[in-house]
Amino acid sequence: MDGQDQAYNFAYLDEQTKRMIRRAILKGLAVPGYQVPFASREMPMPYGWGTGGVQVSAAVMVPEDRFKVIDQGADDTTNAVSIRKFFEKTAGVAVTERTGEATVIQTRHRIPEEELGEGQVLVYQVPIPEPLRFLEPSEVETRKMHALEEYGLMHVKLYEDIARHGAISTAYAYPVKVEGRYVMDPSPIPKFDNPKMEMAAVQLFGAGREQRIYALPPYTKVVSLDFEDHPFDPSKADHPCDLCGAEDSYLDEVIVDDAGGRMFVCSDTDYCGTRQANGHRGALAAEDAA
Amino acid sequence: MSNLQESGPLLSVRDVAKFYGARVGCRDVSFDLWPGEVMGIVGESGSGKTTLLNCLAGQLTPDHGEVLFDTRTDGLKDTVRMSEPERRMLRRTDWAFVHQHAHEGLRMNVSAGGNVGERLMAVGARNYGQIREEALDWLGRVEISGERIDDRPSAFSGGMRQRLQIARNLVTGPRLVFMDEPTGGLDVSVQARLLDLLRGLVREMGLSAIIVTHDLAVVRLLADRLMVMKGGEVVEAGLTDQVLDDPQHGYTQLLVSSVLQV
Ligand SMILES: Nc1ncnc2c1ncn2[C@@H]1O[C@H](COP(=O)(O)OP(=O)(O)O)[C@@H](O)[C@H]1O
Ligand SMILES: [Mg+2]
Repeated sequence: MDGQDQAYNFAYLDEQTKRMIRRAILKGLAVPGYQVPFASREMPMPYGWGTGGVQVSAAVMVPEDRFKVIDQGADDTTNAVSIRKFFEKTAGVAVTERTGEATVIQTRHRIPEEELGEGQVLVYQVPIPEPLRFLEPSEVETRKMHALEEYGLMHVKLYEDIARHGAISTAYAYPVKVEGRYVMDPSPIPKFDNPKMEMAAVQLFGAGREQRIYALPPYTKVVSLDFEDHPFDPSKADHPCDLCGAEDSYLDEVIVDDAGGRMFVCSDTDYCGTRQANGHRGALAAEDAA
Repeated sequence: MSNLQESGPLLSVRDVAKFYGARVGCRDVSFDLWPGEVMGIVGESGSGKTTLLNCLAGQLTPDHGEVLFDTRTDGLKDTVRMSEPERRMLRRTDWAFVHQHAHEGLRMNVSAGGNVGERLMAVGARNYGQIREEALDWLGRVEISGERIDDRPSAFSGGMRQRLQIARNLVTGPRLVFMDEPTGGLDVSVQARLLDLLRGLVREMGLSAIIVTHDLAVVRLLADRLMVMKGGEVVEAGLTDQVLDDPQHGYTQLLVSSVLQV
């Protein structure tokens, strides 16, 4: 703990708060997909900046951890950098951009491309934890619906999608059923990432403003909702990455000049960079890239 | 002898009462509803009709009495004392509730097709094509053009909304339908069309229903039997035609002579 600023408790939160959050996490792990209420604390950053994820990360972090933060797959956005710095300062933990080396990964909007393993923890920042919210505004009612497994409404939303667009157009925050029981909002990750949620790592979800924590233990069954005649399709842009040539990764479309030129690049910058370092090249990669 | 009857009542109401503090909502109400029967409940505003209906439909908890429903698995069972999950299950399968104000019974931000399809999806329908076909069929049955299937009810007239609410409720073939002033608040010509439609559906489907209304024309057309309420109590009950043509209670006589009609 040498690098730790003595003005802070380890990882900013006091031990009692961490215990409260850990209890919520354990309850969440015991009942996968169930939204556990917790007393969210004021954090030195605004809501919408991942205060729920930050509190969860703070509660699970130990001095030996190596911490990685991604925002839309990138380690270098303002949001990701400030959260990473926050824990460097308050917990003195090592940080990394390498997915494979990280023990705790906090994320907004993506699951890393590299398969996560046992011993890793993926912490999601969640804006709206309630998947039924947009059709049923009453919190009392949605809680009952979860308790009684009344999930017809979720399919009404998918029905509306197909009726309006000819296909299920929900591309982010695509609802899933967990272990055949709770319907869960996977946070605004692209549906492309949904199949990855059946993984070896622990997944924890923190919603700060809404004061909810939920969780998926390793190897939990996670099924994306659909219709028999409109099955779930985790599609992505039909294009390889222009920098590393990957055909299996989620791509961002990037405008590259004023003439409307554009390219597709991996949203996971660590994945893309590692591939390029290993000699993989996409169509628009500079020939001499290191 | 009653045990020679092939089947018992669908609903058996025994001594139901509901109070709002010291004020009587309804009291001393007992009756049986038989399968395929339509019961009308009439009375002036404030006489306790809505309170009673809500007690019967599990929307309000009575302070006294039993509401026995002939459940598929256990036969007659008190819906007041059954668990909430069980009651909610009845609400989305065997029971239907048509509200006076269609917006209370519809999802206004969901298309007509989605509104009709919701109950199907709630009981496990997972084939989009089949759900849509069923929704189209039901829109036709309540005289809404299939072209409107993807429109939201907010774009519908009052009469259309009410017909959509009825389709949404009947699509799963409920065994008992509760209706609170289903024609209330509609223009007279629209009311007539809706009544016609309801009568057709009641006959065709052999519906069992309890219909609350202050409009005697509604019960005349739809109800086999009638209960007249005043001050929270049933003051007269009987076959619809008998009660309307030969009212015994002074209050019913006033109602029928339309002195009290609003
Ligand atoms: N939520 C309530 N709180 C207090 N009193 C109520 C409430 N609802 C109804 N009442 C009273 O109960 C009586 C019966 O009302 P109601 O069942 O709505 O009659 P109706 O449907 O016949 O107009 C009335 O005196 C009414 O004022
Ligand atoms: Mg009323």
